[in-house]
Amino acid sequence: MQNDPLIIAGREFTSRLWVGTGKYKDFAETKKAIEASGADVVTVAVRRVNITDRSKDNLLDYLDPKKYTILPNTAGCYNVEDALRYARLARAAGVSDLIKLEVLGDERTLFPDTAGLIEAAKILVKEGFIVLPYTNDDPIVAQKLVDVGCPAVMPLAAPIGSGLGIRNPYNLKIIMEMIKVPIIVDAGVGTASDAAFAMELGADAVLMNTAIAGAQDPIAMAEAMKYAVHAGRLAYKAGRITRKLYATASSPIEGML
Amino acid sequence: MTDAIQIQVNGEQRGCRADATVGDLLRELAIKTERVAVELNLEILERKDFDQRSLKQGDRVEILSFIGGGAPVAAQYRGRGLVHAE
Repeated sequence: MQNDPLIIAGREFTSRLWVGTGKYKDFAETKKAIEASGADVVTVAVRRVNITDRSKDNLLDYLDPKKYTILPNTAGCYNVEDALRYARLARAAGVSDLIKLEVLGDERTLFPDTAGLIEAAKILVKEGFIVLPYTNDDPIVAQKLVDVGCPAVMPLAAPIGSGLGIRNPYNLKIIMEMIKVPIIVDAGVGTASDAAFAMELGADAVLMNTAIAGAQDPIAMAEAMKYAVHAGRLAYKAGRITRKLYATASSPIEGML
Repeated sequence: MTDAIQIQVNGEQRGCRADATVGDLLRELAIKTERVAVELNLEILERKDFDQRSLKQGDRVEILSFIGGGAPVAAQYRGRGLVHAE
């Protein structure tokens, strides 16, 4: 979409679809899917380097840093201390101050521990990080995250990897109305209509991984998501008609026999 | 020749020269220093310090980098979660 940039903490992004890089068959497929999605922000995890087998390729060899903003996450962290450690390691690895902050509360749902999230966000913001927090669809928590200095908030649509779609559109809508920073719907999207719906509600962007990587044809799904996010954004900006219970004729009565 | 010391790298024991630096270790492991983070006994090192910091017996070194990730692969694949038939 031309002239409709997403601006977060003074940084300009052209794509409103952000994608994760996990769960793909190989790096070649990851690269093709990201290209097909048109995303300019890609999330990555921080993990130990394989020191016994150095022949393995590195994901970042496949992603041109000039073309993509690399957004490291703290995925897999279940307490504040771990999340801080991974965020600091991500920054030390030298990509940027951006961090997608996850402090998870439970393995089965992967729902965020929002108390831990706010605490970790506050500390990282003070350390100069640009903190993008993965949070619940709770408007009060979203506001608290903004209050501690997060320049965007990333509420979930449904549990990570569940593909259940937008479970609570009303809460998301309240978040979008109440919160004055960009809202990125993160996690739970299953197919293109879910992404379009999130954007129609007024989300500023959508972040997904499994919906693309887990599709039977990830590259085709990546392309579908690109169009869905684009269509949803256009529809949101166009302003939909109000819902009415009864019909309103589209053709004039005047001139009829 | 200097004596060899034992250190732990990414959870595994290995021997190393007594006067080796973190930078030497990374070169020995053929790890490019761009886009890696190194923790020495829980302290995150700045890249410019890799060649200054020498290793001691019993040091714990963690070398991390970026891998594909969006979210953790977890419970939903363990058969405990709610699964809808499509």
